[in-house]
Amino acid sequence: MGLEAKLTSDGFITTTIDAVIAWARKNSVWPMPMGISCCAIEMMAVADPKYDLARFGSEVMRFSPRQSDLMIVAGTVTYKMSKVVRKIYDQMPDPKWVIAMGACTSTGGMYRTYSVVQGIDQFLPVDVYTAGCPPRPENLINALMEIQDIISKTRGRDFQDKPLLEMGFSKQ
Amino acid sequence: MELKEVIIEKLNGTLKGAVLEVTDFRGDLCLTVAADKIIDVCTFLKSDNDLEFNMCEDVTAIDWAKRKMRFTMVYHIYSLKNKFRLRLKVNLEGETAHSVSSVWASANWYERETFDMFGIKFTGHPDLRRVYMPEEFEYHPLRKEFPLLGIPGSIPLPKK
Repeated sequence: MGLEAKLTSDGFITTTIDAVIAWARKNSVWPMPMGISCCAIEMMAVADPKYDLARFGSEVMRFSPRQSDLMIVAGTVTYKMSKVVRKIYDQMPDPKWVIAMGACTSTGGMYRTYSVVQGIDQFLPVDVYTAGCPPRPENLINALMEIQDIISKTRGRDFQDKPLLEMGFSKQ
Repeated sequence: MELKEVIIEKLNGTLKGAVLEVTDFRGDLCLTVAADKIIDVCTFLKSDNDLEFNMCEDVTAIDWAKRKMRFTMVYHIYSLKNKFRLRLKVNLEGETAHSVSSVWASANWYERETFDMFGIKFTGHPDLRRVYMPEEFEYHPLRKEFPLLGIPGSIPLPKK
């Protein structure tokens, strides 16, 4: 069966380090649950045994940004909250990805008003948007699979010098 | 004598000319009070032994946009002893009102919220700062001239 069958016949496989790292990375995405409002309830459902995010290697919800790779922004982001969200995002180590979960986070949703940011892509680099109010757990799982697709296509050089550049230092 | 009559009679007895108008709509008693008498009226309503309006449930304002006296202050107070709710209204000449936080401590944050949303200044308030909006914000969102989606660029976002 697959990999094991290969091992019994030849005893070794050839691949690239980039491919191995990307494969390991995409199957151990640790989410930072940025649960700001009602979408967070649906995000909890994703982690429970029925939908079981552990199948995708993402069962460890880390409440510390320093241990996470993926930020799931679940809920309405107000202008006041935007500074906090950005600060937590900045604390996450590279490489990192962002899911905008739900209508509010992606576009402001039904809160077409002065206090709510009309889409978090105004201050965060979003990788995957999720529709729904709130999205079904399957929808969030699909978003995670999209993230896994993105990660599997990355190579080591994609992340070189990225933290320095983001912090405003020039490339030496 | 019913409690409503007691309230009006007592106020007219001790504070002459303070109550300008009395309406009783579907059992909700509402008194319009002269702007400079509001602290006296509130102190009396709270301290009188028969009335004891000891709970300030809400303080807010109404923006009438084009009316000459543009703002109306609204106070919702409750008597736990009589289980009776009373509404007080004050029509403001300008944008300044007297603070009732010396009467009910809970009015402190209600007045801060009213200041935040309507820009009404309260004289005698111990700590008149914004509650909801960021401190550097220059506008008052519940005023009628404020656009629903806000003023672009008025609240800074973090850099991308």
